[in-house]
Amino acid sequence: MAELFISISIWPWLAYTLAGLVQVTLIVTLVAVGALVFIWLERKVSGRIQDRLGPTRVGGRFGWLQTLADGLKLLTKEDLMPEGADEFLFRIAPYVSFCASLTAFLAIPFAGGSYPFVALHMNTAVFFVLAVLGLEVFGVILAGYSSASKWSLFGAMREAAQVVSYEVPLGMCAVVPVLLAGSMDLVVIGDRQTGTFWNWYLFHDPFTFITFWVYFTCATASVNRAPFDLAEAESELVAGFHTEYSGLRWSFFFMAEYGSMLAVSLLASILFLGGWNGPIPVASLLGLTFENGFWLGFAGNVLGTANLIGKGVAGVTVMMWVRWTLPRLRIDQVITTCLKYCVPIAASMFVGATLWQYAFPNGAIFPQSAAAYQVREPWNAKAEAKSAEAARVEKTASREPVATEFTSGRTAEAAPLSARTPDPAG
Amino acid sequence: MEAPIYWPTFFFLLFSAIACAFAVAVVVTPNIVRMAFYLVLSLAATAGLFFLAGADFVGAMQLMIYVGGTLVLLVFGVMLTSQDRFISMKTSGFELGVAVTLGVCLFVVLAYCARSIPEWHGMKAKQVSAVPLEPTAAPLGMGLLGARVDGPDRSGYLLVFEIISVHLLVVLVGAAYLARARGKKNLLVE
Repeated sequence: MAELFISISIWPWLAYTLAGLVQVTLIVTLVAVGALVFIWLERKVSGRIQDRLGPTRVGGRFGWLQTLADGLKLLTKEDLMPEGADEFLFRIAPYVSFCASLTAFLAIPFAGGSYPFVALHMNTAVFFVLAVLGLEVFGVILAGYSSASKWSLFGAMREAAQVVSYEVPLGMCAVVPVLLAGSMDLVVIGDRQTGTFWNWYLFHDPFTFITFWVYFTCATASVNRAPFDLAEAESELVAGFHTEYSGLRWSFFFMAEYGSMLAVSLLASILFLGGWNGPIPVASLLGLTFENGFWLGFAGNVLGTANLIGKGVAGVTVMMWVRWTLPRLRIDQVITTCLKYCVPIAASMFVGATLWQYAFPNGAIFPQSAAAYQVREPWNAKAEAKSAEAARVEKTASREPVATEFTSGRTAEAAPLSARTPDPAG
Repeated sequence: MEAPIYWPTFFFLLFSAIACAFAVAVVVTPNIVRMAFYLVLSLAATAGLFFLAGADFVGAMQLMIYVGGTLVLLVFGVMLTSQDRFISMKTSGFELGVAVTLGVCLFVVLAYCARSIPEWHGMKAKQVSAVPLEPTAAPLGMGLLGARVDGPDRSGYLLVFEIISVHLLVVLVGAAYLARARGKKNLLVE
C-alpha cells in the first residue's frame, strides 16, 4: 500500500505513515465493530438458547442498537479504583490486554493471492499470532494483582495457570497445518487450500480433522471463554479479575476478549477451514483473480475477506453456543482436560499427520493438485534454479558436472545471510 | 528525493531508548510487580529491535519465551512467595555501588568485544538497501536439523541442538523428581 501512496504523493515517510494509518484504522475498526456486533449477538444467542427473545426494543427491530446503549452507559459510569490498589498498574492493565489482542490482527491476512490483504506480511505469522495472543493474559494478571482484592487475585491466578497450560496443545495443533503447507506464513497456508472445500486442511486426513476440534477447544480455553471462564467465575469469584473495574476500563477488557475470540477464530479458519477460499471457489469461477487484472483480483480479494470474516464470525457464534450450553468446569477439570486429554491427543495427531503426509504425499482421500505441494521457500527456489541452470550448462557445454548447489553457488549469498542470521541457540 | 531522516535509525534509537529506559526503571523501582512489568516492556522493545533487524523469527521467539516467561516468573515466582500484599524492596547504598560497578564493567567489556569485530561496525545506508530481506525461519530450521543453507559446507547445529535438548530433558526429569510427592517420613530424613 505504501508503494501506491509513493506513486501519488511526494514524501516516502508520509506515504508509509498514511499506509500504516489506513491499515491500523481498518484493524481497530474491525475489532471495535466486531465487539459491538458480538455483544449484541451474545445477548441474542443466549436469549434464544434460554428460550427468551433477548434485546428487542433498542434501535427498532432485533434490538440491534443495544450495544451502543450499553456503551453510552459505560461511558457515563464513574471510573472507580479501590483505595488499596496499585494505581499505575490498575489503570494501565486494560490497555495491556487490549493492545495484545489488537496486535495479533497485524499479522492475520484477510485475503491471499499476489497482493495479500495483510498489514504485516510475516514469514512467521503463525508463531507471531500465537506469541502475541499469549500476552493478553498479562493484562489480566496485572489487573488481578493490582486490584488488591482476593477475588481478582484468584481469578488472575486461575487465568495464568490455564493460559500457560493451554498454550502447549494450542501450539501443537497449529503446527499441523504448518507442517502440511511447509510454511509458517499464513498467506501461504491459506493459498494452499484453494479450490473446493475438500482442499481444506480440515478434510486433508483424519488426523487433521481431529486436530481442528482439539484446536478449537484449546482456543476457547486460551481466550478464557466458558466452559473455561474460571478467571471470571461469577458464581464463586463475583467477577474474577475485573471485579473492581467499572466503566470504560472494564469495557476495554471485553473488547480485548471479543477481539481475541475473533482472532483465534480467524486463525482457525485460515489454518483449517481454507481461509479466504470458500467451500466453492466463487472468485476463481467468476474470474476474479490477479491473472485477469489488478481490479478483478482486488474484487476477488474483497470477496475472500468477506468469506474469511464470515467464517470467523461463525466460529465466534459456535463459542457462544458452547458457552450457553455447557456448565463451567472446575479448575482441576480444566487442567485435566488440558494435560491429560488435549496434549496427548494433539501430540498423537501431530505424529499421525506427519506419517500420513509421509505415506501419501499427494493426499490420499482427495488427490491434491501438484501446485499445492510445491515448497516455495526462497532458499529452496534458489537451489532449484541453481541446479536447473547447472543442468542446462552441462547439457550445452557437455563438460564435467559441477556441484553448483553445494559449493560455489552458496558462497555468493553466504556473507550477507550469515551476517544477519541470528544465533538460533539464543 | 533524499529522506530528511533515515527511518530505520530513528526506529532503532526509539526502540533501544525504550528498552534502556525501562531496564533502568526495573532497577530503580522498589515495587517488585512493577519491576516485572517494566521488564516485560523492556523485553518487548528488544523484540522490536529484532523485528527491525529483519529477524522476525527471533523477534517472535523473544515475545513468546522472554515476555511470556516473565509472566510465569511473575506469577509463580513473585506473587506466590510474597508475604505482604504489595512487596517493596529497599536497596542499600553499598548494594547499589557494587551493582553499578559490576554493570559498568560488564558494559565496557561487551562494548569493547563488540567494537573489536570489524564485521559488526555497521554498513552505510546504500549497502543496507542492497542486502535483500529474506525470511529467516526456514534457514534456522534447516540449520537446527543439520543442514545450513548459507554455509559452503552446509554443516548445521544438529549435534549442539541434540546436546542441549538432552540437557533440558535431564533438567526436566530432575525437576519432576524433586517435585514428586513423597511420604512425610522421607522428607524429614532428608
